[in-house]
Amino acid sequence: MSLKLKVSNITKQYDGVPVLKGVSLSFEDSGIYVLMGDNGSGKSTLLRICALLEVPDNGSAVYETGGIPALPDIQLKRRITLVLPGVGVFNTSVLQNVLYGLNIRGMGRHEALNKAEAAIEYVGLVHKKDQNALTLSSGETRRLGLARALAIEPEILFLDEPAAFVDSKNREIIEEIILNVGKERHRTVIMTTHNRERAERLSERVFFLENGNLRPV
Amino acid sequence: MDYLAEGFLKAIRLILSFDTELTKIILLSLKVSGLALGAATVLGLPVAAIMGLKRIPMKGVLVTVFNTFMGLPPVAVGLFVYLILSRRGPLGFMGLLYTPSAMVIAQTILAFPIVVSLCHAALVSVDPIIRQASRTLGATERQAAVAVIKEARYGIMSGVIAALGRVMAEVGAILIVGGNIAGYTRVMTTTIAMETDKGDFELALALGIILIGISLIINFALHLVQQKGARKFT
Repeated sequence: MSLKLKVSNITKQYDGVPVLKGVSLSFEDSGIYVLMGDNGSGKSTLLRICALLEVPDNGSAVYETGGIPALPDIQLKRRITLVLPGVGVFNTSVLQNVLYGLNIRGMGRHEALNKAEAAIEYVGLVHKKDQNALTLSSGETRRLGLARALAIEPEILFLDEPAAFVDSKNREIIEEIILNVGKERHRTVIMTTHNRERAERLSERVFFLENGNLRPV
Repeated sequence: MDYLAEGFLKAIRLILSFDTELTKIILLSLKVSGLALGAATVLGLPVAAIMGLKRIPMKGVLVTVFNTFMGLPPVAVGLFVYLILSRRGPLGFMGLLYTPSAMVIAQTILAFPIVVSLCHAALVSVDPIIRQASRTLGATERQAAVAVIKEARYGIMSGVIAALGRVMAEVGAILIVGGNIAGYTRVMTTTIAMETDKGDFELALALGIILIGISLIINFALHLVQQKGARKFT
């Protein structure tokens, strides 16, 4: 992969309560990485900092861009994406949701449509393409979140609890998509989960967060 | 009771005959209220967006002020605009008093806080995750703000339609600043007030029926917009 992420000694606290207490790790090769931990362990905060949605109190999350000098913030942000646990779908059709990320990049209509339709097909939502996204089930919404992210072809894909609180059928589909993206598409997927079985099923590179500290699994 | 039925029949006949005076009054009403609504929306929507999407000092005070101004008494607004536009007022040199422009100004002032308050409420009711999701997909701050505005579209439309309802039914302010001059500043509500005063109910009733019809259409549109917006929660 051309984008490499190095996290150094990150600390973060909310209202005086420490959430991350000096976390360091790096993601250099493509594939699937899992941040595992219980609720409140700091894994979502770490993911948001890595995805440049939040700024750490101390330490840094630095992207190495493969020889290219430091990119403007927005250009770097457009090479990565994070699918939030709640996804945050727009009150419009499934297709328009997936087109959003492509349209804001100024992509041509025809190319954008092709990419969006391919992403929708990849997550198995073709039959719901023209349906309002807010009418989708919880599992389908997660799959839409994945389609929206995959359409913009990120070099690093962050997923915050992508299969939590969904039915078993959708969970299987989501896990298969993640495995395919990591292995077949040679992309970097960094995801969180609190489920040990799921973590081990998806990756051999599992990091365990406990009370804001990283510890060996 | 006969005079009521007779007046009502005459009013219907007047409407069906497409009376020139009646048509002129209706068109001027729609023009004044439409322009006022357009101005209030153009001015009010950015204010609502800044209040709803930016961190600004005294936001709570501003929200309270605009909420209070939603119920501005039209006669007080009329008086205020009259004093500003009268010959001795600061804008008296413009010669706008007793013109349709003065009526548009007065109605804009009445509609502006309604547009700001209701559009602000619509914007802040959008789930914060929408803005975050836009940013995760690569949106700039401006693009993320546009995404939030798009999500609030039904609430924004409701606010604009509610403001239209308010200005269409308003009489006090435009009577003071427009002067109810026949063929020039006479609109539906001022005509109804004047004709009723004269005891001539034919034209007043005809305009009353049309005004109620317009109010019904506005409220029906509002209902449709709200229903469409509410669909996402069902």
